[in-house]
This record gives sequence, C-alpha cells and structure tokens, in this order.
Amino acid sequence: MDNRSRGEKIFNVFNIILLTLLAIVCLYPFWYVLVASFSDYGQFKLTTFMWRPVGFNWAAYARVLRDDMIWTGFLNTIILMILRVGGAMLFTICSAYVVSRRKAMLVPIFMMIIIIPMNFNPGIIPLFQNVVSLGLNNTMWALVLPQMVNAFNTIILRNAFEAVPIDLEEAAQIDGATQIKILFMVMLPLVIPTLMVVLLYYAVEVWNMWFDAMLYIKDKGLYPLQLVLKQILIEADEAATGGSDATVMSETVQYAVMVVATVPILLVYPFLQKYFVAGMTVGAVKG
Amino acid sequence: MKSKTKVAAPKVLTDATIGEKTFKERLVRDFKMNGALYLIFLPILVWYILFRYKPLYGLLMAFQNYSPFLGIMGSKWVGFDYFVEFLTNPQFWRLIRNTLTISITTLVFGFPFPIVLALMLNELRIKWFQRGVQSLTYLPHFVSIMVICGLIKNFTSDQGLINDIIAMFGGTRKSFLNYPEYYVPVHVISDIWAGIGWESIIYFAALTGIDQQLYEAAQIDGASRIRQTWHITLPGILPTIVTMLILRIGGILNVGYEKVFLLYNPLTYETADIITTYTYRMAIGEGNRMGYSTAVGFFNSIICFILLMASNKVSKKLGQSGLF
Repeated sequence: MDNRSRGEKIFNVFNIILLTLLAIVCLYPFWYVLVASFSDYGQFKLTTFMWRPVGFNWAAYARVLRDDMIWTGFLNTIILMILRVGGAMLFTICSAYVVSRRKAMLVPIFMMIIIIPMNFNPGIIPLFQNVVSLGLNNTMWALVLPQMVNAFNTIILRNAFEAVPIDLEEAAQIDGATQIKILFMVMLPLVIPTLMVVLLYYAVEVWNMWFDAMLYIKDKGLYPLQLVLKQILIEADEAATGGSDATVMSETVQYAVMVVATVPILLVYPFLQKYFVAGMTVGAVKG
Repeated sequence: MKSKTKVAAPKVLTDATIGEKTFKERLVRDFKMNGALYLIFLPILVWYILFRYKPLYGLLMAFQNYSPFLGIMGSKWVGFDYFVEFLTNPQFWRLIRNTLTISITTLVFGFPFPIVLALMLNELRIKWFQRGVQSLTYLPHFVSIMVICGLIKNFTSDQGLINDIIAMFGGTRKSFLNYPEYYVPVHVISDIWAGIGWESIIYFAALTGIDQQLYEAAQIDGASRIRQTWHITLPGILPTIVTMLILRIGGILNVGYEKVFLLYNPLTYETADIITTYTYRMAIGEGNRMGYSTAVGFFNSIICFILLMASNKVSKKLGQSGLF
C-alpha cells in the first residue's frame, strides 16, 4: 500500500469523498421520509432540511395503524404472494426441468412454445379481454394466473438444471426413481442458488404489483398493498376534492405509510444481498 | 473356396434407432421413455395456451369497432381504418416523440453513471466501506415504485423539499409535475437516482472477473493506475457494456409506463403521454374505443418486437451471447 504514488493517494481521497456524497444523496430522501414520519405536522411544515424529527411523536403511525385499508392491503398482498409465487415456482421448476431434458423428442417444441410469446406482448386490451372472457374479472385469480410464469426465469433455471452432472440423474434412474422423484429429490437441491434468484424475482414482482390490480379489481376489499398506497400517496389530491372516499392524509402520515410499506423489504434485504451479484451474472450477460 | 463375406458397415447406434425404423415407432418409444416428463409439462402447456396464446385472438379487436356487448364475433369490422387513423394523427407521433425523448435522455445521461460508479467502487481498498456504499446506492431499487412516486410527488410539490431549497436560494416555487417542460427532467433524474446503484452491480461483477494477474504484470511494467484502467479494466468490461447498451437500445420504446402513469396528469400530457398510457386512456379511462386502442397497442408491440430481434442479432454478430 505504501508504494502508491502521491497522485494515487489524492485520487483515493477524492474517490472516497465523492462516493460518500453519492451515498448520502441516495440515502437522504429516505432519511427525510423516516425523520418526517416521526415529526409533528405543524413543525414539519415550517422546516426545510431535516436531519432529526421535529417535535417527535407517534401520531402519524397511530393514524396509519388505525387504517383498515392498509391492513387489508397487507393481507391481500400476502395471500397473493403465497398463491402466485407458489404457483410460479412450481410451474417454472417443472417447465425448466422438462425443457432441460434435451433428448426427449417433444422438448424443442415445448421450448418454442415458451419462447415465442416471450417477446411479443399483445397489449393491455387483448390481455384484459382474455381475463374477462375466462370469468376472472374482479377476482384474486386475475392477479395470480395471467402473468404467473416468466419465460426468462424458466430459461435461467433450465440452464441450471443442465449444469447438473448427468451421472447423478442416471444413478437415480438406475435406482428406479420416477421423473417427479428425480426432479424434486435429486435435481432441485442442486440448483438452490438459481432457485433463490428466481424466487426473489417473483416475490418482488408480486410485492410491487398494482397496475393489474387497478385494471381488474373493482372491489376495494381485494386491493393489494401497492394499490392502497396509490390511493393514499398518489391520489391524495383527488380525494381532497371529493374524488374518492379515501380520507386525505397529511404529508407526515403519508411518510409513515411509506415507512410501514417498506419495512418488510428492509427486513428481508440483508439476507438476500449475497444473491444479488450472483443473480445479475446468471442472466444473459457474462462479463 | 472363395467365401463371400459381406461386411456390413457399422451402424451408428443411438437410443432412438435401436430396433426402430419409422418415425412413428420412434415417437412411441419416446412417449414410453419420456411420458412422465410430458405429463409434468401438461399443466404448463395449458397455462400457455390460456394466457399467452389465447389473448392473441383478441388482437382481432384492432380491426373492429369492438363492443364488449357484441363480443369479437359480433362486432363490426373496420379493417385497417384505425391503423390509418392513428398513423395520420399528429397526436400519435407526439407519443412516439415523448417515448423516444424520455428513453434517449435516460440513455445518454444515465448510461455512463453506473459504469463510472462501478469503476470508482472498484478502486476502494477498504472493503467494508466499499460494500457499505454499494448497499446504500442500490437501496432505492428495492423501494416500491409507489413509494418512490409518492416521494417525487411530495418533494416536487410547491410546498415540497425541492421547492423549499429553491426558495432558500431566492427562486420561485413551482409544482414541477404540473409543467410539461419539467416532466422529462423529473422522470429522468429520478430514474438515474433510483437505478445507478443497481445497474452498477452488473459492471462491478464484470470487474471482479478480470484477471488480477494482468494488473500485477502491468504494475511490474510500471504502468500507472490510469493506464491500467485504460488498458486492462475498460477492455475487460467492454463486452458487458456493449451488451447492456444493445439491450437498452433494443428496449428503447419501453419507457417505464408505471411511473408515467403515476406522475402524469392532463397538464403534462404534451410531454409525458406515451403509447401505453394513451392506449389505456382510449380504452378504459376516457374513451370507449377498445378497437382503436388495441390497434395502437398492436402496432407498438410489433415495433418493439422488431427492435428486440434486431438488437439481439446485432448482439450475436458482435460475438456476445444475446438473450437466447
């Protein structure tokens, strides 16, 4: 370390300063939200930069926790998570495994069936009309089934299955295992890192879902969390003019809502960090 | 005695040809061997038919004056009328212009930053600081878009944080999301802020893949860090950069419609309205023109498909693996 030139040392100092500034800029909006959520509304309106709460109180959170819609939203999102991520994982695992068995005659056809629709999106209207025609409109299933499987993930998982040494599979076959047994008892444990990446992808997808819900769900009791957030955070002005029956929440309460909605992700975040870099390189790009 | 022994040419034995000759026989044998496999795929096949292929039938609506009461079979046909209508409508070209403006601006201003960030992070020696900064920079990626847009809405409102700062410096307060000329900057800047950390991961991963021995050799030869960066680091991540660039260009019509949807309003339609939001309004929001809307969406899908195929071909030609 001592044989770096003076120039390099200066660069290093600059680098550290710039990166620290960047980290602050990335972080400050969230810090502001957090701090504001614990602040007294009146004092909040009078303050510009906040580094600490002004007039610390829990009023905003009390208001949030009293709100039925938010709890319903959470519940609906959890139900959707279980249904859709469960279904997605099952379907993705099965289809990835089948198309990884290249020696079977129908597999190339299956592969085509999977890939062709991958890049052609017929658009909102045909998809909407399809859901209606299947009688799924205004039900939970409209949020679970139509977009359940992601072809890209199927391909990633297929590649992982193909990387498993063939001896293991053949050994299991010799032992008389059925295909299903081979898949779930032999192959699956060997592709766990890839499974985690795929699981993460689907989980984030469900957690963030709102547009499909807005399209298909009319019953407010079925709104997933993000749609409830939309009403509170985005449609707030319309509510003020009597546009909807959501009560207007002041900024500090809105910030409390944001915090409450983000806490679950932050709790999971540290555990998943190690999969991120792996996940990015498992995909199409090889550095 | 002469014995004529016919030596048959050695047959290449494969699983499929042992004992069978016709295609039908091979098929039967394949089903016997792989029947369970096909059975496993069956539910997925049904799903694809119901949710990926059946909707394509709905594209017929693009050629009809569709009414939900009459259904596809009962609605009146208008042929290519709608296609002609929007292709000759200046409003439609406004949509394309907006999409391209947002896309290209984000590309020009947003593409280099993650790369630079990855390079800067790579130069850090103190590992905990490196990982700490990296984690903080990709935090925004994990906050849902609803919260991000809520943030943007509040900060840019005329009583919000950004205007507070502007007022501090003596400027006039403006609710930025109500002015068409400010939509693109707000959209692009927030995209860059939210994406810089996450997008730098892929470049960072590529950087860690560069052989350390190259650096050691260069150091022995007396190369400064700048020269090392220029001759080793950049060429090392160039394939990644090129692939990402091609992917971005291939998806140039795919502006984040969710964000536009949440942040735009009638005052900013001029610069914020993009194809997806327009099709939504025409079909479900204001108008009841489902056929027309389907036509516009259909057109958009075709263009996106062409762009994707083209960018994939280019990527393959340049020696990268493409998406398939």
